[in-house]
Amino acid sequence: MQRRTGPFALGCAVLALIIGVLLAPPADAQQRIQVDFWHGLPQPLGGLLEKIAADFNASQSAYQVNASYKGSYTETMVAAIAAFRAGNAPHIVQMFEVGTATMMAARGAIKPLHELARETGVAIDPKDYVPTVRAYYSTSDGKMVSMPFNSSTQVTWYNKDAFKKAGLDPEKPPVTWEETRAAAKKIRAANAAACGFGFAWPTWTQIENLSAIHNVPLATKANGMDGLDTQLKINSPLHVKHLQTLLDMQKEGTLKYGGRDAAADALFPSGECAILQASSGLRARIVREAKFAWGATFLPYYQGTPGAPKNSIIGGASLWVMTSPKRTADEYRAVGEFFRYISRPEVDAKWHMDTGYVPITLQGFAVVSGQGYYLKNPGADLPFRQLTRTEPTENSRGLRLGNMIEVRNIIQEEMEKALQGQQTAKQALDSAVQRGNAVLRAFERANQP
Amino acid sequence: MRRRVIFPNKVLPYVLLAPQLAVTLVFFFWPAAQALYQSVLIQDPFGLRTQFVWFENFQAILTDPLYLGSARVTLLFSGAVTLLAMSLGLLFAAMADAGIRHTRLYRTLLMWPYAVAPAVAASLWLFVFHPSIGVLGRRLNALGIPWDYKLNGAQALLLVILASAWKQVSYNFLFFLAGLQAVPRAIVEAASIDAGPARRFWSIVFPLLSPTTFFLLVVNLVYAFFETFGVIHALTGGGPVKATETLIYKVYSDGVINLDLGSSSAQSVVLMAIVIGLTAVQFRFVERKVHY
Amino acid sequence: MGTPGRSDGWLPHLVLTVGVVVFAFPIYFALIGSSHDAASIATGRMPLWPGPHALANYWQALTGGSGLRISAAPVGRQMLNSLFMAVGIAVGKIAISVLSAYAVVFFQFPLRRTCFWMIFITLMLPVEVRIIPTYKVVSDLGMINTMAGLTIPLIASATATLLFRQVFLTIPDELTEAAKIDGAGPMRFFWQIVLPLSKTNIAALFVILFIYGWNQYLWPLLITTDRQMETVVIGIVKMIGTSDAQTDWNIIMATAMLAMLPPVAVVVFLQHWFVKGLVEPEK
Repeated sequence: MQRRTGPFALGCAVLALIIGVLLAPPADAQQRIQVDFWHGLPQPLGGLLEKIAADFNASQSAYQVNASYKGSYTETMVAAIAAFRAGNAPHIVQMFEVGTATMMAARGAIKPLHELARETGVAIDPKDYVPTVRAYYSTSDGKMVSMPFNSSTQVTWYNKDAFKKAGLDPEKPPVTWEETRAAAKKIRAANAAACGFGFAWPTWTQIENLSAIHNVPLATKANGMDGLDTQLKINSPLHVKHLQTLLDMQKEGTLKYGGRDAAADALFPSGECAILQASSGLRARIVREAKFAWGATFLPYYQGTPGAPKNSIIGGASLWVMTSPKRTADEYRAVGEFFRYISRPEVDAKWHMDTGYVPITLQGFAVVSGQGYYLKNPGADLPFRQLTRTEPTENSRGLRLGNMIEVRNIIQEEMEKALQGQQTAKQALDSAVQRGNAVLRAFERANQP
Repeated sequence: MRRRVIFPNKVLPYVLLAPQLAVTLVFFFWPAAQALYQSVLIQDPFGLRTQFVWFENFQAILTDPLYLGSARVTLLFSGAVTLLAMSLGLLFAAMADAGIRHTRLYRTLLMWPYAVAPAVAASLWLFVFHPSIGVLGRRLNALGIPWDYKLNGAQALLLVILASAWKQVSYNFLFFLAGLQAVPRAIVEAASIDAGPARRFWSIVFPLLSPTTFFLLVVNLVYAFFETFGVIHALTGGGPVKATETLIYKVYSDGVINLDLGSSSAQSVVLMAIVIGLTAVQFRFVERKVHY
Repeated sequence: MGTPGRSDGWLPHLVLTVGVVVFAFPIYFALIGSSHDAASIATGRMPLWPGPHALANYWQALTGGSGLRISAAPVGRQMLNSLFMAVGIAVGKIAISVLSAYAVVFFQFPLRRTCFWMIFITLMLPVEVRIIPTYKVVSDLGMINTMAGLTIPLIASATATLLFRQVFLTIPDELTEAAKIDGAGPMRFFWQIVLPLSKTNIAALFVILFIYGWNQYLWPLLITTDRQMETVVIGIVKMIGTSDAQTDWNIIMATAMLAMLPPVAVVVFLQHWFVKGLVEPEK
């Protein structure tokens, strides 16, 4: 053993190096134009996305899209940034909706979609796309900046069996917040479920969609779409009233706080919470895991709100085109063609049916309903209907706040403090506005044109 | 520490050091310098617009009450993790070395946690302690103990301390055991003539173990300061309300999640200074007590 | 070899057994979890003993279920990548560190202290913090998507150097004296005396570094876009996802168990090695 350690180690190292060199990918010998597409979807959604890329490759012989998983959306963002700074950014990167402001502000790093369409002559018409979906990713004058791809919205999931047990009509789910609270009370009184009401993605459901549905601004400058000098307005009377309602519900035992982001998703399919506001994408899991009759309905609104309810806003991600010193016009055309491919009604329809994300094109929706899909899967068209029930207003087009993740975390923290009983609803929202505005100002400063 | 007996060669040491220094210069110092330069800039994430701001980033973080809160959490967290992981590691190593049968079996069984990747370890702990679906989490609540680390800061901190220490105990165990087994048998046998096992351990064996202990102290502190963010990220995300946001977590969350590279780099500089300070202190004062 | 005498006493056994139970329990639950179906786990009604779905779950974990495995290299390929990376890192780190520690301990030369601290400082700024500039350096050197790019940047850090320094400092001066008197040069002393004395530490380090290399996530993720270069951990995190929205707990647990197999195997196998090293006459 003595004599062998040194040479053995050396041998291993040399071997590893040799094999490493041998395993290095060969020089690209294909004639197709190569497009690198980085995405942040784990299995099984990632697999479905990559299948679309594979189908595109098989459908023609000029271009090849190579899709690779770069981790979570956050990690994909870091990868794109690192690659851009190193001069080898991918052609397409999938970025979540809260990163929209960051991406849009990175004017030298991205190529806006409308520019791409114009330069390459590839036909991408905003009118083909669902207005609410498209608006999130467009400038105020309607020019599309990124390509919508996987969008979802929130709905209210409810447990029909629990409703029955509590003496509520399972076919008449609550429409207003007042009704929701009353239903939760009855459910707890009859102990039909351990928790009456819960919500996932706290800021998305309770603040962002609340503002949109009630046609109330979340921030100035059309929720940030019109300028970087936007200020938060989430301490308005409506918002304070709503947070207070939630605090009251928690005190009376009808609300259970399930945690940030998607943590509360688990509470509905397990039967723990009888009513849960969560992403429409939760459907697949509910179908698989719920051992009770369930249904879906729209998000609620407060009685007597003028003009309510408006459309909800989307979550999810879109596809951004990145620039690079090595980029050629042919490569941009390849990207354009790929985008046209995914906008085909049948491709869009299949993606919607396979994943539960909403159709991004109006034609796609038509194809799906034409096939009778919504008759066989009642409630699957609810997200789409909620998104399109009205023409988007300035307050319901979406959001574009810089450092949105940080802002969301700030709001979540302040909400949590209130839920822990450490501050009132007004204090929480005032504090959130103050801290959030500081973050927005920092973003403005770093991204001055 | 002073080496009295050395070799006289003057060129050879540089040759021996060359590989590590080369790798360190290219893959550490050069990128690190760039990362640290970032701390005096305000820049958008893509590097398209840069402003040079001297020490503004530093000023901002050192006067930020949230940053100071984070420092407090880190102190508590690192102290607890190091203490727990090292004492348990030592305990198990001492027991495994106690001349009993099946030492190898115990050794194998206690080494497992180390093999687990942080992301995977965190999902295991999540699986067990989640208040709604966790096997133990649910039972705790059923027993009437309000276990909810998503809202209760103290419980969240407890959970991440346990999860982080869990992974590190095996590491310490491994090295303590290697160290114990390197203690010359003759010395211990001689001591057993007039000292019981406990006294033997603390007066003879433990001091001989001190080089290992010192090594582990440094490594554990570095681990607790730097390598624990993966576990925190997966279990609590720094919450609730920043109860588990350690300094390294803040570096990560400000840099990678919030994309504020300037502030994040400034925080890294401060963190680096703290850890260098801590280890310098250890080298100067603790190493004096190390018996070589 | 440790405390002598008749100590097959109950105390060590008790402590160790409790330790094993406490430490293995998350893994035990994971094992159980990997044998049930998703629904009973999600509803919290998972029993504490194994269930009937183990085979199905592991099969799905390995093959990705509905044949959507276009997105990943085959598991075998991933394992190979992980293996080369882990071995490369472990061997590389040990090799350069043992040489550096030797230089720092057994020689006197200007800048000795500086060199040591230069190396040591690498511990104070983890790779995650300097990941973007490191990526740029690696990219500029053309090492993206290569095994060299995966391994070399990670061998820069100093844990091994520190450990070897500690170990070398315990080598009695008499041995060095004796070697010098015998006319042995420094390298002979190194190969014949120093290295053998460090055997158990090298074995322990190999285990630690192998696992460190095997469990790398962020760096390989950034450095590789070529699917053929993916490692097992990346494949696994792809399945687990990185957010709280984990749904298939049973598959996740099965995947976690699979992910643990190679590192645990290394740990078990190498244990045998360094125990063997101790059967030799004590120093």
